[in-house]
Amino acid sequence: MHELAITQGVVDAVTERTGSAPVAVVRVRVGRLAGVVPDAMRFCFELVTAGTPLEGAELEIEQPEGRARCRSCGRNFALPDPVLLCRCGSADVEVLAGRELGVASVVMAEPAG
Amino acid sequence: MCGTCGCGEADVRVELLAFGPDRSGGPDRSRGPDQEEPAGHGHRHEPLTGVVDIETALLAKNDHLAGHNRAWLAERGIVALNLMSSPGSGKTSLLARTIAELTPSRPVSVIEGDQETRIDAERIRSTGAPVVQINTGAGCHLDADMLARGLAELRPPDGSLVFVENVGNLVCPALFDLGEAARIVVVSVTEGEDKPLKYPQMFSVADLVLINKVDLLPYVDVQLPRLVAHCRAVRPGVRVLPLSVTTGEGMAAWCDWLLTCDPVRR
Ligand SMILES: Nc1nc2c(ncn2[C@@H]2O[C@H](COP(=O)(O)OP(=O)(O)OP(=O)(O)O)[C@@H](O)[C@H]2O)c(=O)[nH]1
Ligand SMILES: [Mg+2]
Ligand SMILES: [Zn+2]
Repeated sequence: MHELAITQGVVDAVTERTGSAPVAVVRVRVGRLAGVVPDAMRFCFELVTAGTPLEGAELEIEQPEGRARCRSCGRNFALPDPVLLCRCGSADVEVLAGRELGVASVVMAEPAG
Repeated sequence: MCGTCGCGEADVRVELLAFGPDRSGGPDRSRGPDQEEPAGHGHRHEPLTGVVDIETALLAKNDHLAGHNRAWLAERGIVALNLMSSPGSGKTSLLARTIAELTPSRPVSVIEGDQETRIDAERIRSTGAPVVQINTGAGCHLDADMLARGLAELRPPDGSLVFVENVGNLVCPALFDLGEAARIVVVSVTEGEDKPLKYPQMFSVADLVLINKVDLLPYVDVQLPRLVAHCRAVRPGVRVLPLSVTTGEGMAAWCDWLLTCDPVRR
């Protein structure tokens, strides 16, 4: 369950920026090849936000698809799993997208009253 | 410990196993790499409204601490190697045998990561090498802060080799940079030839794959070339060394590889 440590990182990254102000929505980016399970992250989010300014916030997870470029033939293609192989047979493949793992933004809660 | 986020890893234990009268001075934490600051997250107080951009990598804190470790190790010419695998692939057995082959030509010490017990550290201690046991409690991986704490306890000599045996787990440790010179993934033939495809994240960060227990190949339905091909499908061109800790086959090539390791990641 490294998702627990990762999700703790969400709270740290947000509170470092927004301090004790209550947060309504947290938008994270978890690429399909990042090795983090979104459902596990959702589960951990409730646990680690309890008693923090993120408590009760909605967690929005954007999941960018994997994309790669072949350095041998120049082809740009979808990468559904981390097996790095181009149709031309080359394994000299650069991953362009899908490994994202970060907090994009938050929406602050409306001040009460 | 930070009141806001609860960071501080309260249930992690780091323990140097006693091994000689000459090191009775007690650990000097200041000699280790910078560790996690106990408090002082920058809390801002101006009113924030609407959408606020954060754009922070989730492992930023770990990666930052890993950078400290890497610099600390490089300054001292210490080579730290991170061994990762599923439980029981033979990491501790490999280390015990490797220590026996390398000493006294090179000072070697070990940091053992397990959720519980000092069993592996005791096995290493019986080889005579200095060893620190880190028990992660509920944690399923070592992180850069734990390694910093381990190094502060261990105080490895300049120019030495430090093996870090990560928690037996083929998933989580892959994501956490420790500041190591190289990542070594150990897979034993009894685990089957499809492991690299099922756990691509782990194999995709490997600088070296050791295929252990080749003495058991006659008894399992595993084709070595296929296992190697699967490693390279997720980590193109990765160096793969088959070996058997039990018979010693392949140990010489492994020890030769160790000689080529620089403190800084290539
Ligand atoms: N046949 C055979 N058995 C081995 C070999 N290497 C290790 N073993 C056995 O595999 C078992 C597990 O070895 P360990 O060294 O404890 O494995 P580990 O990876 O350190 O295990 P954890 O720390 O629990 O993850 C032990 O019973 C070893 O004797 C080998 O090359 N051949
Ligand atoms: Mg072990
Ligand atoms: Zn191609």
